[in-house]
Amino acid sequence: MSRTGDSGEEDRGGPKSAHGAHGAADGRSGSLSRRGFLAVGAVGAAAWAGSSLLPSGVDRVLGPSDAIGGRGSQGAGPTDPGDRPVFEPTGAGLPTPLGERAPLERPRREVSLPGPNGSSLTPLEALHGIITPSDLHYERHHSGIPFLDPHAYRLLIHGMVERPTSFSLLDLARFPARTVIRFIECGGNGMFGYRDPNPAMTPQRVAGLTSTSQWTGVPLSVLLREVGVKPEATWFLAEGDDPGHYARSIPVAKALDDAMIVYGQNGEAIRPEQGYPARLLVPGFEGSANVKWVRRIELSDAPFMTRSETSEYTDPLPTDTARIFSLVMDASSIITFPAYPVTLPEKGWWEISGLAWSGRGKISRVEVTTDGGRTWSRAALETPVLPRCHTRFRYVWKWSGRRHLLASRAVDETGYVQPTREALMAVRGPATMYHWNNVRAWNVWPDGGVSFAGGGDL
Amino acid sequence: MRRPASPPPTSALLACAALLAAVAAAGCRGGSDRPDHGPTDFRDFGVPPIATSAEPLAPASASSGPLPSRFGFGRPATAARIDSEDIDVEPDGTGLPPGRGTAAQGAAVYSLHCVKCHGPSGTGGSARPLVTEKSSRIRGFPFARIPFYLPTVGTYWPYASTLFDYVRKAMPQDAPGSLTDDQVYAVSAWILWRNDIISRDSVMDATTLPGVVMPARGRFVLDRRHGGPEVR
Repeated sequence: MSRTGDSGEEDRGGPKSAHGAHGAADGRSGSLSRRGFLAVGAVGAAAWAGSSLLPSGVDRVLGPSDAIGGRGSQGAGPTDPGDRPVFEPTGAGLPTPLGERAPLERPRREVSLPGPNGSSLTPLEALHGIITPSDLHYERHHSGIPFLDPHAYRLLIHGMVERPTSFSLLDLARFPARTVIRFIECGGNGMFGYRDPNPAMTPQRVAGLTSTSQWTGVPLSVLLREVGVKPEATWFLAEGDDPGHYARSIPVAKALDDAMIVYGQNGEAIRPEQGYPARLLVPGFEGSANVKWVRRIELSDAPFMTRSETSEYTDPLPTDTARIFSLVMDASSIITFPAYPVTLPEKGWWEISGLAWSGRGKISRVEVTTDGGRTWSRAALETPVLPRCHTRFRYVWKWSGRRHLLASRAVDETGYVQPTREALMAVRGPATMYHWNNVRAWNVWPDGGVSFAGGGDL
Repeated sequence: MRRPASPPPTSALLACAALLAAVAAAGCRGGSDRPDHGPTDFRDFGVPPIATSAEPLAPASASSGPLPSRFGFGRPATAARIDSEDIDVEPDGTGLPPGRGTAAQGAAVYSLHCVKCHGPSGTGGSARPLVTEKSSRIRGFPFARIPFYLPTVGTYWPYASTLFDYVRKAMPQDAPGSLTDDQVYAVSAWILWRNDIISRDSVMDATTLPGVVMPARGRFVLDRRHGGPEVR
């Protein structure tokens, strides 16, 4: 995965070493970080000093999505309040068949890897609550997005089954349905913040390969009962109808637990880039196992060893091996406010807020530090707290006006504690390739500027 | 792709014996850069922990009567339909079609369809490298330790079947699925030859390809993370 050319981070000379963004105890690296931050933050943060900072409103959105995001050149972002787009009301609106966002609300995905083998990131800092709007759900495609005819759609289930069967979309929709709210997170989420933290990284850049939707569909267990899955079947292949027929092996145990074939997302048909007309949902598993545009399921008694479960989405370990079928996403969290590129205009009361999630179940608590890890306090978890779902945490904090290092760490219902970057690196190695769920930290500077602090050296 | 019923699982005793033999062999080579091992046969991996839910997901509907054991929705899939869609190839060669090719023949296929993204020698272009030259290879399997030592077919892919499976259905990226089976065998042979795994004249076909022993075979270990306090 590479940076987009227009993100501006590399061009502007921000420190890029693995330790470029920390510096709580080390005055030298702290000042280095600070210089880097000032250099890269000129457009994003300086413009917003003194702004009103609506929680994800006009100011926030125009900051990250114009200055950092994929639209327009770096210079296109406003450089002082006088350059902001002017909103001129033009009279009372009338009913329309299809609504739009308010004109100055312009959250954007950031295309982090262009092309058919590409990706785009959810602007986590622009979200309220736990749902990701469907048009902001992150993307990761391996051979582009197919645009499929729902009338021609068929799902073939065969292999170790009594009755190989072909289901139309209508067939799938006729089965008793379920609706669940679940996150999907790419196995590659968190790479930039683990390998190459940089003060000018937004939450979108650090961890934007995760999104939460309300999904509607049929439990896969219902379909397997329908076709008569044979007892010797322990794995199934899920294959997509994208040009490269992306495919993954999944344990049948997951099908019998909570896997689904889903056709609904946030109250409407799934978006094309999320698998229209139907995708596999394997809650808590890495995103790439949730095969989109699913056209075929083959039951077997062994994994298939496809390209994307061997040559990628495996985790090299320091023992000169690689972990395979590391499907479950461990607990993770990130503070999304305050975070780069916002500037807190004044000291006093601010609500620290963010998202936490675990592929193993519910989040049981989130702890927040505002003093670089010396003390941790319990944040409030906003209901609903659902298994394998983004959970919103909130912690009201009185900012002193001095420098603070903020971080969050999630604990899930199995007792797993989101590890520090150093702890994760010790068991996985500095160059490991997936599942970077380490604690992430943010520096709040005396002038109110906020910069990414990597793992924060906690 | 359907394959015959698999042989009985390797007994624990045999597995232990194999492991001891492997460890002994590693010792004899004077290298102990493989403190951990995975299975070599794809049937021996088992199933990873899946973090089961508190309750399995089931239909939530109230119903006008007892639910049937089957609803009867969908249509029986014909053998012809299954054959036309069942394109995957498994590590034991199940699913490999007739056809053949050598690295010598594959060079032409590569230069026509692959060079533009993977570079003239397979060591990379806009797409990932496929080849690690002998002079660039690092002993062991140091992908977690050495940043930007990029995995390639020669250094990281555990099964040759995956190469055929993926190239046939997904490559070239601007025209996936457009190569003939002979072309796929040939270009697979070329990639294996460039990685010094087979000779330039080795014929790759449905019999020989599954027998190719990839350098990374045995380097993969099943996920054993299961939650709880331990970071793994």
